[in-house]
Amino acid sequence: MHMPPRFFALPHAGCQWLSVWRRNFLVWRKLALSSVLGNLADPLIYMLGLGYGLGGLLPEVGGGSYVSFLAAGTVVASTMNSATFETLYSGFSRMHVQKTWDAILNTPLTLDHILVGELIWAASKSLLSGVAILLVIAALGMNTSTLALWSVPVIFLTGLTFSALGLIICALAPSFDFFMYYFTLFITPMTLVSGVFFPADQLPPALHAIASWLPLTHAVQLTRPLLNGMIPQHAIAHLAALVVTGGVAFYIATLLTRRRLLK
Amino acid sequence: MNARDVLHVSGLRKSYDNNEVVAGIDFHVPQGTCFGLLGPNGAGKTTTLRCCLGLTAPDAGTIRLGDCSVPEEAGKARLRAGVVPQFDNLDPDFTVSENLMVYARYFGIKGSTIRQRIPELLEFAGLKGKEDANIQTLSGGMKRRLTLARALVNDPTIVFLDEPTTGLDPQARHLIWERLKQLTARGITLILTTHFMDEAERLCDRLAILDHGRLITEGAPRELIAGHIEPQVIEVFGDSAGNWARARNSLGERLEIAGDTAFFYCHDPAPLLAELANVPSLRYLHRPATLEDVFIKLTGRELRD
Repeated sequence: MHMPPRFFALPHAGCQWLSVWRRNFLVWRKLALSSVLGNLADPLIYMLGLGYGLGGLLPEVGGGSYVSFLAAGTVVASTMNSATFETLYSGFSRMHVQKTWDAILNTPLTLDHILVGELIWAASKSLLSGVAILLVIAALGMNTSTLALWSVPVIFLTGLTFSALGLIICALAPSFDFFMYYFTLFITPMTLVSGVFFPADQLPPALHAIASWLPLTHAVQLTRPLLNGMIPQHAIAHLAALVVTGGVAFYIATLLTRRRLLK
Repeated sequence: MNARDVLHVSGLRKSYDNNEVVAGIDFHVPQGTCFGLLGPNGAGKTTTLRCCLGLTAPDAGTIRLGDCSVPEEAGKARLRAGVVPQFDNLDPDFTVSENLMVYARYFGIKGSTIRQRIPELLEFAGLKGKEDANIQTLSGGMKRRLTLARALVNDPTIVFLDEPTTGLDPQARHLIWERLKQLTARGITLILTTHFMDEAERLCDRLAILDHGRLITEGAPRELIAGHIEPQVIEVFGDSAGNWARARNSLGERLEIAGDTAFFYCHDPAPLLAELANVPSLRYLHRPATLEDVFIKLTGRELRD
């Protein structure tokens, strides 16, 4: 297919993306309470249920109680899930069902503004999910170190990375059913091998090696030490991996969405 | 480009997968007039509109919208353009007035400014008292009118309307027509695509008929009717209408038969009417030629899907 010369341009958004972010925020505000409860209840039930129930059967995991091991994993996994759900289901609904993006494209805003607005919006929502769980963990007295505060920017970065990946899937999806593939083939297996529920070095070496490349692994490797009051090992490398994954994914998502909507 | 032209399109071309959808079209629209783009499905109307708004990059040609080159300065050009799309894309998560507020923000308009304008916009759209209504509770006609009000939040100099009355009942259509006439009276330029020839005839100062990506004719509706077609039409209906008409081919300048209807196009209907008076079994309709006759003559009767 012939592409116009500016097709491959890097996305650029000035600050006009903010009105797209704000639109989503205004909608969210109407349903904020149920949205926060939904984001919080499910992961907390798993964390506390498995943490205390299963944790009672286990000796120390990763140098502490199982529930505190699981807590860090839950923060990261629920950040990922929140960013993924927002860009897949809500994003696709705005793009394809409600045609909200089409309406915005008739204003001075461009598709780049919309995508940056959606990216940062989904990351903001996932930040809220991650931080809400963080607060519950703190309230339960599981982490008291000020280093834990550094996990907040890590949560936001994790949200950005998974939002960017989600936008790729959104751009490719013919319908909502398509998202099942992404969850069953990517998100669920990744959650199991990235050290969310158990240390990843329990895995067969080959699987462990693959898992160490996954974005969720990097997020877990950064967040768990911070919540336990330690500085993460190889922090720069993990941060760089998330930034590069997110950056490349967002560029690909931009090209795919341009191809889809700006024919 | 004429100084009064708000839109100027020349040599516009666009292909998808070697299929030329827009095959070199030129037109220009003076300020405060209504210009119609007519054509069967797939003629290239929507692609032309998308190119004018900078949403589709053309393969060739130049477009000037207001003072801006499109697509290069499309964002700036859209600052003073309004759009009523073919399918409603109002924001279902918001109320009527929230729709206008949020949409105005995309143009960088301050909340306080748009809040002052909302009563006037809703009054224009016949939606007074509906400020806090949810979009789902509006009828099809109300949604269209709100879409029209939304297209005016930025005080545009030009409004693009893609089939604005498709699917509306006659009352709702007439109200939309009346509002569109008010807009041109205020000096706002309208670009309209439609399948309804009566709508085009009523609203457009000039119109172009587009087929297979080319402009096949352009002019004022009356001029097109006078220039392309005989002024009188007699439609004859009935099982035997076809054979009866073929035998009397010479009574009209042109005869077309479609199903069990025969269309005679002529300057002088008297001989044919006299003949019909002798055959009470055939029903007939005598009427002046319309834009629809021109459209059918130029684009043919076969279906386009």
